[in-house]
Amino acid sequence: MQGGRIMSQVKHKMPEQDAQVRRHNFNEVALGYDAETAKAEAARCLQCKHAPCRKGCPVEIDIPAFIQQVKDGDFVAANSIIRDYNNLPAVCGRVCPQEDQCEKLCIRGIKGEPVGIGRLERFVADFSLGGTCPLPPPPPEVKIGKVAVIGGGPASLTVAGDLARMGYQITLFEALHTAGGVLMYGIPEFRLPKDIVKCEIETLKYLGVEVVVNAVIGKTFTVDELMQEEGYDAVFIGTGAGLPHFMKMPGENLNGVYSANEFLTRVNLMKAYKFPETATPVQIGRNVAVVGGGNVAMDSARTALRLGAENVYIVYRRSRDEMPARAEEVEHAHEEGVIFQLLTNPVQVVGDENGWVKGLECVQMELGEPDASGRRRPMEKPDSNFVLDVETVVIAIGQGPNPLIQDTTPGMDTNKHGNIVADDDGKTTKEGVFAGGDIVTGAATVILAMGAGKKAAASIHAYVQHKKQG
Amino acid sequence: MYKIIKAEELSAGVQSFIVEAPLVARKCQAGQFIILRIDEAGERIPLTIADYDREKGTIQLIFQEVGDTTKQMGKLKTGDYLLDVAGPLGKATEVENFGTVVCIGGGIGVAPVYPIARAYKNAGNRVISIIGARNADLLIMEKEMRSVSDELFITTDDGSAGHKGLVVDPLKDMIAAGEKIARVMAIGPMVMMRGVAEVTRPHGIHTLVSLNPIMVDGTGMCGGCRCSVGGETKFACVDGPEFDGHQVDFNGLMSRARMYHTQERQCKGDGSCHK
Repeated sequence: MQGGRIMSQVKHKMPEQDAQVRRHNFNEVALGYDAETAKAEAARCLQCKHAPCRKGCPVEIDIPAFIQQVKDGDFVAANSIIRDYNNLPAVCGRVCPQEDQCEKLCIRGIKGEPVGIGRLERFVADFSLGGTCPLPPPPPEVKIGKVAVIGGGPASLTVAGDLARMGYQITLFEALHTAGGVLMYGIPEFRLPKDIVKCEIETLKYLGVEVVVNAVIGKTFTVDELMQEEGYDAVFIGTGAGLPHFMKMPGENLNGVYSANEFLTRVNLMKAYKFPETATPVQIGRNVAVVGGGNVAMDSARTALRLGAENVYIVYRRSRDEMPARAEEVEHAHEEGVIFQLLTNPVQVVGDENGWVKGLECVQMELGEPDASGRRRPMEKPDSNFVLDVETVVIAIGQGPNPLIQDTTPGMDTNKHGNIVADDDGKTTKEGVFAGGDIVTGAATVILAMGAGKKAAASIHAYVQHKKQG
Repeated sequence: MYKIIKAEELSAGVQSFIVEAPLVARKCQAGQFIILRIDEAGERIPLTIADYDREKGTIQLIFQEVGDTTKQMGKLKTGDYLLDVAGPLGKATEVENFGTVVCIGGGIGVAPVYPIARAYKNAGNRVISIIGARNADLLIMEKEMRSVSDELFITTDDGSAGHKGLVVDPLKDMIAAGEKIARVMAIGPMVMMRGVAEVTRPHGIHTLVSLNPIMVDGTGMCGGCRCSVGGETKFACVDGPEFDGHQVDFNGLMSRARMYHTQERQCKGDGSCHK
């Protein structure tokens, strides 16, 4: 209780585009708090001394401190507190699963809803951007080492930013034509506007990070060449989970079947939704089935709607409770009209005589005993096959590690899935080589990759300075 | 930005670019390719590296003006730039002294065959080459191919140069004459590669083909270039581009090549798909 008023048990709502309008456009869905709403939401924070929320944050942002500044109306101070911990707050305020992290541990959540920490982070970051790219303080001029960062996604951007601020000369090698990784090619514009990502990358360039695009490490350079010939003191590998998994079911190579990676890359990175103004096309049927239940599946389904599909199905073999996607993403997809075909598993893609998809044959499932993941194991119901009439199928059942670097880097161990073996500080089994993010853990979240990047940056700093003194 | 040092027309609708791309030129091997993008609105297309000069830091790209992007590339001149060139991508050709190898290039496929034939030659192989085109005007790189081949056969559909017929004709003759062929490398239109594979199959001659399906990233990320090889799905960009021609499902590939025909008809190659 404050000032005798009973504080709201629920978060202040964040305005959103109406579901029926937004399902036809690529503009951002959530519109963000205004200053008054942000201050009011900040006032819900109890300023707990032991700050349980921080323990839920992979980069341990001083959450009560920044929220206090929001409450007091000093958004600039709030921003500088967040930026001490997090290089990409405008990104994290949008795509972090706060409900499983900081907000999960919020005391306010015991009775009612937790403080809207993610919404406040987003507000503060957007306020500081103010439609422009603010410049950070200049980095030290004297360079204390030279580090190569491979990959341009969240883990790499974090390592590059942290080390550049410490005074390292950083080169970031990106295989595609623009850095950003999954933030650029994977997460759609309507969830994370690309201008925000570009701004974060501009900020890094201002810090002196040299971004080399079109450089496919393992091909253009090997890790050994970077260290032995190009003079890098250490190398960080943050190449993510970039290899799409397929179901290995019949008909998967028919025209009209996409991996979620390809579908989203065409639309997000190559801007196929503007075709023919842009040159990259995407093929979308009136009826689309997206196979999978994670965030990538939700992104694909919602993208399909925006491309003009009339009926979009999420085909998932378990029930809604087991879906790995964030509740908010599932809710948004539902509001926009995505049809959830749960407890359903595809068995084959059905083609027409010209090699095009005309249906997805599925079987109904029921849940049995819990499996290794702790979730109830889905089992086929006998004789329950049916065909969904669709012209497009998007496979969004996960991604694995791309082997290009591992295959060309002797002395660096990988596990049975092909992920790089690294300790908690990001050290691999090869001296001077560090790794973090999805390439180590398998596909996870932006913020976990950033948390790994933070630890790796500290560990790289210790390694390089020790080597230089040695 | 990647500067076009020299743009020249090799035959009607077939262009050669020498492009400044030092990071590609220092590492590339026969059989590898690059992905390029003309400008900010452009699509990413793969092109095989036809030649390279490590000292000058340049690569040669040879392309036929068939799609929206290649038609627009045809308008670029010496001194213009390509926005992106990424590579070298794909696995390099396996090169050893195998004995006698036959290198077959059809149409624009002669361009990627050339560095492979040269690499085979340098490794001590006896190189017999067959190059073909619809007519004499469309025949490219005859001089270059002759310089790296012990024997060179030329075929054209209309007989305006060399033998009138298909590239498989001299191959059939060689096999009939008892020539001991260690392997065949065939690059060209899909029907040609399939045709070569069918000629060599009964004789058990190891036959490689180089695939050029639709790609986006070229690094194994999208799976758009997937093809069935020996019943297994492979990604041409990272598992290839060369595969055992006797194992490749050409029908599936030809079908996948038609994926964007509707959209391609919207593009006139005049920049309408791409501003």
